[in-house]
Amino acid sequence: MTDDARLKLRALPDDARKLLAPLVETTWRFRAAATVLGAIALWGLTAYYLQLRFGLGRTGLNQPEYWGIYIIDFVFFIGISHAGTLISAILRISKAEWRRSITRSAEFITVLVLGFGAIQPIIDLGRPDRLLNVFLHAQLRSPLLWDVISIGLYFGASTIYLYLPMLPDLAIIRDAGIKAPRFYRFLAAGYRDTPAQRARLERVIGVLAIVVIPIAVSVHTVIGWIFAMTLRPMWHSTIFGPYFVMGAIYSGIAAILIAMVVLRRAYGFHEYFRAVHFDYMGRLLLLFSLLWFYFTFAEYLTAFYGAEPAEMRTFWAKVRGPFAAPFWTMVTCCFVIPLALMCRRATRTPGGTLVAGVAVVIGMWLERFNIVVPTSVNPRFEFESLGHYLPSWVELSILAGTFAGFILLYMVATKFFPIISIWEMREGREASVREVAERVAGYLPPEPVAAD
Amino acid sequence: MPRWGMVIDLDRCTGCAACEVACKSENNIATVAPEQAALGRTISWMRVMAEVEGEFPNNTLRFAPRPCMHCDNPPCVKVCPVEATYISPEGIVGQIYPRCIGCRYCANACPYTVKYFNWYAPTWPESERAHLNPDVSVRPKGVIEKCTFCHHRLQKAREEARAEGRELRESDYQPACAEACPTRAIVFGDLDNPRHRVSELRHDPRAMRLMEDLGTEPKVYYLTPRT
Repeated sequence: MTDDARLKLRALPDDARKLLAPLVETTWRFRAAATVLGAIALWGLTAYYLQLRFGLGRTGLNQPEYWGIYIIDFVFFIGISHAGTLISAILRISKAEWRRSITRSAEFITVLVLGFGAIQPIIDLGRPDRLLNVFLHAQLRSPLLWDVISIGLYFGASTIYLYLPMLPDLAIIRDAGIKAPRFYRFLAAGYRDTPAQRARLERVIGVLAIVVIPIAVSVHTVIGWIFAMTLRPMWHSTIFGPYFVMGAIYSGIAAILIAMVVLRRAYGFHEYFRAVHFDYMGRLLLLFSLLWFYFTFAEYLTAFYGAEPAEMRTFWAKVRGPFAAPFWTMVTCCFVIPLALMCRRATRTPGGTLVAGVAVVIGMWLERFNIVVPTSVNPRFEFESLGHYLPSWVELSILAGTFAGFILLYMVATKFFPIISIWEMREGREASVREVAERVAGYLPPEPVAAD
Repeated sequence: MPRWGMVIDLDRCTGCAACEVACKSENNIATVAPEQAALGRTISWMRVMAEVEGEFPNNTLRFAPRPCMHCDNPPCVKVCPVEATYISPEGIVGQIYPRCIGCRYCANACPYTVKYFNWYAPTWPESERAHLNPDVSVRPKGVIEKCTFCHHRLQKAREEARAEGRELRESDYQPACAEACPTRAIVFGDLDNPRHRVSELRHDPRAMRLMEDLGTEPKVYYLTPRT
């Protein structure tokens, strides 16, 4: 960037100067990482082109293994998207003051990863050219249609929920004039941060934070229902809706933690992502690792105890059959590792939460694998239980390309938008410290007046 | 209104697979290359399932032909997002190939695993190309296909009966598999018409349907073997 931009940046107040620095300065490391990720994403795109041209035969899918990597990724990425909006909405509503530096980076994860999740079922289609039939011939009894509706709503709501709380920051960038003036003038939409505008904005954010929660819950419930509504062994389960929502939030928290550690290191945000943030987010991760175990145990015990033969074939295939490796890796990654690391304050550090976060992300991907594949290859009709699945290089390339594409887009977003909310930090300093003191005082009986 | 259904006498089935072959040539079913077949991508609307019972040398081989069950309460129809899978008023479960988006949800929802997907564009050996049945549409790549009880034959039979000014007879409409079965193990007709043999056979004490407990109400009945 130009020296002019640097000078303008230097003139800004402390928070704004530090948090807007990534918009002005770009290191060679960033460029190198972006190049590598871009290359992987292009590779994935090439693989998709081949699949488009020759057919889904280029995958490892077959009969009865109709759904594979793409559907696993669909559930996984939409799950990650529960990170932002839901966590930030819940923290906002519950007035958790430590949220201030986290919400923006979480909301960006939501909006960006949602797009990458939503394209997965389209990649999985045999006839993507007929996608519009979903609207032209919509058949509302199909859970897939419910999904189209709830994901559409969620995408809309979470984009607005990302954009509106960013308005004051966009106005700061516009007024500082450090970058692309026309772009930011357009995005800031005439916001001047007058008291009236600010009050209105905060009211709207408050309403949105409430509205977005039921929408987010509906999204992963419906994704669970796609499986649960069929009569297939170990899919046809009433627990799937809440199980999927819980898993989605769990993987989302893990993704935020990874993003926090990386952002902190890459942009030197040590002062903003402090020990207390990793401690609290680590506690949240701990809570969800216990919840994950509870749900998973309930699900598998019910199947095991009922001992219906069709269910048991899938059950044993996971527990000690061909899928034992992914199954027990999942248990280790989703339960053992995060529990061991997050139950001690000494490991609820950036390093410890990074290890736990990566483990949970891997474990939750495997959980979706363990839901989709073992049931697919063990159909209820036993004469057909000849199933096997080996993902082809095309599927694995698209998988790698999707991950790379998402990370790249997230990196690029940090170059155009402050990834930590400037105005919310300022509001925290100026107003919240006093408000919190008053709120705590309000919890207590009034101080006794001296008796004399 | 007729309710088309099938009764398969497993005592009569010899496992010759004539039904499979007849179905393939009647319905323009693609020939899948051997390496694709090894991947589990064979398309076979009608398939003779074989089961070995006992240990060698005291073993027996049992056969059961398996078409689509044409459920009265079909799980595949409910889940299709674009209504490409439908059930006709006469109970035949069909597939609209030009509308199907290839999501394979119906294939996953079917408890009998009778829905097939075109992983590639269909191919036939050169010698067969000239003999494709003009009454049956050839499927494009990327869509689901399935047994239709040869409903193109029903259309034809109905037109003929109308032209001749008479009622549709049982023998007018028979799917290719029933017609080809050398032991007449496959009987086809209107389940609700007392003059059709299926309506009597389905009340036979040996009659059963696959996975009746799921409530899918299949219209394919099996007469279990006496031995």
